[in-house]
Amino acid sequence: MRTEHIGKPISRVDGRAKVTGAAKYAAEYNVPGLVYGVVVSSAIAKGRITRIDVAEALRLPGVLQVFTHENSPLLAQSDNSYSDEVAPPGSPFRPLHDGEIRYSAQPVALVVADTFELAHYAASLVRIGYERDAHATNLNEERERAYQPRPREFIPPPESRGNAEKAFAEAIVRLEEEYSAPIEHHNPMEPFATTVLREENGRLLVYDKTQGVQNVQNYLCNVFGYSKGDLRVLSPFVGGAFGAGLRPVYQVFLAVLAARELKRSVRVSLMRQQMFTFTHRPAIWQRVALGAAPDGTLEAITHKAIAETSQFEDYSETVVNWSGLLYRCDNVELSHTVVKLDLHTPGDMRAPGAVWGLHALECAMDELAFKVGIDPIELRLKNYAERDQNEGKPFSSKELRACYRLGAEKFGWARRNPQPRSMREGNVLIGWGMAGGVWEAFHITADAKATLTADGRLTVSSATADIGTGTYTIMTQIAAEMLGLPIEDVTFKLGDSSLSKSPVEGGSFTASTVGSAVKAVCEKIRKKLFQLARKIDGSPLANTKLDNVRFVDGQIRSHNDSSRAVSLIEAMRHGGLSAIEEKASAGPTPEQMQYSRFAHSAVFTEVRIDEDLGTIRVMRVVGAVAAGRILNPKTARSQVLGAIVMGIGTALEEESVIDHTFGRIMTHNLADYHVPVNADVHDIEVIFVQEQDEAVNPLGAKGLGEIGIVGVAAAIANAVFHATGKRIRDLPITLDKLL
Amino acid sequence: MNSFSYTRADDVATALREVAADGAAKFIAGGTNLIDLMKENVERPSRLIDITRLTLGGIRPRSDGGLRLGALATNTDVAYHKEIERRYPLLSKAILAGASPQLRNMATVGGNLLQRTRCCYFYDTATPCNKRTPGVGCSAIAGFNRAHAILGTSAACIASHPSDMCVALAALEAVVRVTGSVGERVVPFAAFHRLPGDTPNIDTNLQADEIITGVDLPARGFAEHHAYLKIRDRASYAFALVSVAAALEMDGNTITEARLALGGVAHKPWRDPQTETMLHGQSATRENFKRVAEALLRDAKGFGRNRFKIELAKLAIVRALSQASFKEAHS
Amino acid sequence: MKRIITLTVNGEPVEGAVEPNRTLLSFLREDLGLTGAKHGCGLGDCGACTVILDGKPVNSCLVLAVQADGREVLTIEGLADNGKLHPIQEAFIETGAIQCGFCSPGMILSAKALLDESPKPTETEIRTAISGNLCRCTGYQKIVEAILAAAGTAQGKEVS
Repeated sequence: MRTEHIGKPISRVDGRAKVTGAAKYAAEYNVPGLVYGVVVSSAIAKGRITRIDVAEALRLPGVLQVFTHENSPLLAQSDNSYSDEVAPPGSPFRPLHDGEIRYSAQPVALVVADTFELAHYAASLVRIGYERDAHATNLNEERERAYQPRPREFIPPPESRGNAEKAFAEAIVRLEEEYSAPIEHHNPMEPFATTVLREENGRLLVYDKTQGVQNVQNYLCNVFGYSKGDLRVLSPFVGGAFGAGLRPVYQVFLAVLAARELKRSVRVSLMRQQMFTFTHRPAIWQRVALGAAPDGTLEAITHKAIAETSQFEDYSETVVNWSGLLYRCDNVELSHTVVKLDLHTPGDMRAPGAVWGLHALECAMDELAFKVGIDPIELRLKNYAERDQNEGKPFSSKELRACYRLGAEKFGWARRNPQPRSMREGNVLIGWGMAGGVWEAFHITADAKATLTADGRLTVSSATADIGTGTYTIMTQIAAEMLGLPIEDVTFKLGDSSLSKSPVEGGSFTASTVGSAVKAVCEKIRKKLFQLARKIDGSPLANTKLDNVRFVDGQIRSHNDSSRAVSLIEAMRHGGLSAIEEKASAGPTPEQMQYSRFAHSAVFTEVRIDEDLGTIRVMRVVGAVAAGRILNPKTARSQVLGAIVMGIGTALEEESVIDHTFGRIMTHNLADYHVPVNADVHDIEVIFVQEQDEAVNPLGAKGLGEIGIVGVAAAIANAVFHATGKRIRDLPITLDKLL
Repeated sequence: MNSFSYTRADDVATALREVAADGAAKFIAGGTNLIDLMKENVERPSRLIDITRLTLGGIRPRSDGGLRLGALATNTDVAYHKEIERRYPLLSKAILAGASPQLRNMATVGGNLLQRTRCCYFYDTATPCNKRTPGVGCSAIAGFNRAHAILGTSAACIASHPSDMCVALAALEAVVRVTGSVGERVVPFAAFHRLPGDTPNIDTNLQADEIITGVDLPARGFAEHHAYLKIRDRASYAFALVSVAAALEMDGNTITEARLALGGVAHKPWRDPQTETMLHGQSATRENFKRVAEALLRDAKGFGRNRFKIELAKLAIVRALSQASFKEAHS
Repeated sequence: MKRIITLTVNGEPVEGAVEPNRTLLSFLREDLGLTGAKHGCGLGDCGACTVILDGKPVNSCLVLAVQADGREVLTIEGLADNGKLHPIQEAFIETGAIQCGFCSPGMILSAKALLDESPKPTETEIRTAISGNLCRCTGYQKIVEAILAAAGTAQGKEVS
């Protein structure tokens, strides 16, 4: 298909705002009289507050109030009111609800003062007495308590097939290994923050860092009893989120509480330490057992995962289902259970479930390949799944073979000596490893609105978010393409709860979901414009059908004869319209649902390991991604590069360490919680494998936010084995594990 | 941060007078460690005396052939100073192995000497810490102690000193110049920092009424044979798990003098001059390096998660000595 | 007690009355409305708050506003010249070195300080110069590409 904008490497439309400091984030709306809230965090992991003394804090001139469970007003009572679009089953955490402590560093008070510094100082003067209960925070010690979590929307419970136990017992080649990984925190660069601007009539404008303005609006209205007309949530710029902003975070509750009670405009920003006090990627333990024929043909797969959840909600994610999906196998046993710990509920973090599940599965496949003595790619090709055996459906498209092939070619995989420790330079061991990746190509329902004005400018909107992914840009491209307008004449609006309905931004579904709605609403505008164009006296398009015209260069042009054209402005003028406004809704069709829809990848890595010191450097990564149509290669490449680097963090660095004596995360800052630095990053190449997919959704795009990270940890772990001969199955692979 | 009063001192005498007048006052220079400790409520000074306008900057030659680093010279000033790069590259490399450009632009020589441990319990007021509140216990001994000390620890504290610069200064046998109400004195680098013992709350032997005015580098800079090796959990912007400053004098392949300072393994930059002499007169071989490494770590003690550092430190020493013994030093 | 400070911010003289415990970052953001410098960690661990102080990049979250008295500050808002973007800003947009944008101002200012001192830096020098700026979105690769590209632009200008 010939396109003017879609598929072109267009620079980010919000680029200028972001490089000049003009882009305003949630904590950057200043008004006279704004007051500042600072959150006090619990010092213990479990128990209750016996005494909370705020007198000293309140004595400081300029301190307005200290909100605690003791003076918190009566709010909504049902769990349902505190739930949200993404909430797992359970009883959501309610800030300042009672004196119970459910996890270490939970918010226990909000100090509000005239300045941030004063609030911060006053927060240190709040004296709290606790009664401690015994807590449990160690997943490995509590695995016995694992149970089946209540199912979560969009997370299909694992289903077994055949008889994996028997097939495994009978298999000639058997492999059974355990893998584990710690809690990770998203740590976007922007800490969570909310500025509530209170208008004179009492209405609230809530500037919040979130991936879902309407999700937050619904939550706040339910909890505080506001009508939607009285509380609007805005989030035009989000400084990264990676899933951390899918659910309302407690600072938005606290900021609205303070604004409501004090009748003031209020800002509450979390400290970096407090970024470790809500959602996180759960710690996990996994066992994978593979039974195979001597040639590597899989006969049995067992994949069991035990992850943590909180005492109050059943969080689960898709960890093990991938093992029933990625390879052809008739005997598959899958189980995913959880253990309640005294921690906050985990949540979705970039490719939730797949990052852990594919780590275990793809390491186990590498171990099997080595055991049967065939190349890891050959093993995967031998067991290639042509159909989704979990669902019994065909794939809408699956170019994973091409990912393996093109990735391997670019990487030079054919030159790999399969023997561990076979490649070295002096005392540096070199290892090459690979892994596959898969992520769901979700598509859900969203609405969009579009307004074309008589000057030929188009504004399209939907209440989605751009967390750095490029939503502003690709939606602008789609709309410009549909109406044949230059990019500069199109504006896309998002991050405002008053806009058309949109789900949270996440799950890699925004491109397909909001993009399909944008496409649908633009189709309506096209139709109307075309009708107007045909009605013009002597219209060159009078006898033409909509199917036979193109919208290009601000004109409606006949396919057959490009001289027969009417400009959009002309059509509007003749129709006597100052504006055309349309709304549309788009969601998956029954036809789409007949297919299993997934994006795939193959990741190749080279590590260099100091043989004596154990230091690991990831020198090369090639990520080959098949994700349908690439809407913008520039923003697409950014997404995958960033995801690969986050995967390096998962493999080698990231760990939220809990001191189980205190039940407290101790690496709660960016000096101790290591995210990759630029010196950790060397040569990374991204390949987009061509994938024509008419069936997946109206745009043919599968989404790119997550697929890039899947498989990276396994590819690195496999490379570490190739370099050293050591299998490190416990993430992150720090140098001490290699000594 | 708590609220505090702020004054700016224009000369050393005023600064000393001001700090003596208020027991809870502190000097502030670059502030890169003090401010974050104040934000964490670990430090709560009643008054800050800004010493950045004192004339204690600069890097000047000394009559004995050494160099004097002004206490207010920034880490950047020192690391990129031509004479330092030429004559004391070990120091330059150590500084550049630490922190970030932004921090090095603010952090000073004096402040670097006084920076406090990065022990996560010291920083978190919700957990007990003897260094913060003597007598309440050390959470790190049975806790998350990956970054902690393996040498010179006590039952009260296993914190490690976070500086890279100080490890190089220890190897170079720098001298700390100090001025107090009773006058000026010089403190050999090895005597400046303390081991935790029963008083882990006291990091150094600097008295409350004293100020660091500078650090003197002796004439010998070991420019030919040196290495600074830093091992950490990511490739930059991380504190050392183990670091080694190695400085050698060599005659052919024979070592005539050896200096070894270790970072990340003790409450102070770790030196053991007696053991270093094992290398004197020896040839630069891996076996000899291993022997001295074993000897240096003979009394090391791990505490669970930091036990690996004992072996790592030995391997790092061998590597650093190997690098230093080459004429073209790498780090 | 508040103290009066006078300093130069983006070429303009500025006066303010600040409590001693107000940081330079807070002064810029709250008193002057210059929110381009970001609060990322508050502890000097991330570089999002980077501004150029007397020609050198620093973490403004670790500088007290009172200590900036009499000094010269450049923030991201002062980098463009009468609406014309600095070559580094242009390059960040063009190469796609920006995603969420939160690290971008600090990253760009670190790069600016580098190019002022060393107009044709090597990749290693670039990586060292931005080693105190964390980014969680981009994986750094395009940021390095952008600075290399900007250095090329700057170089071209010198020649012409």
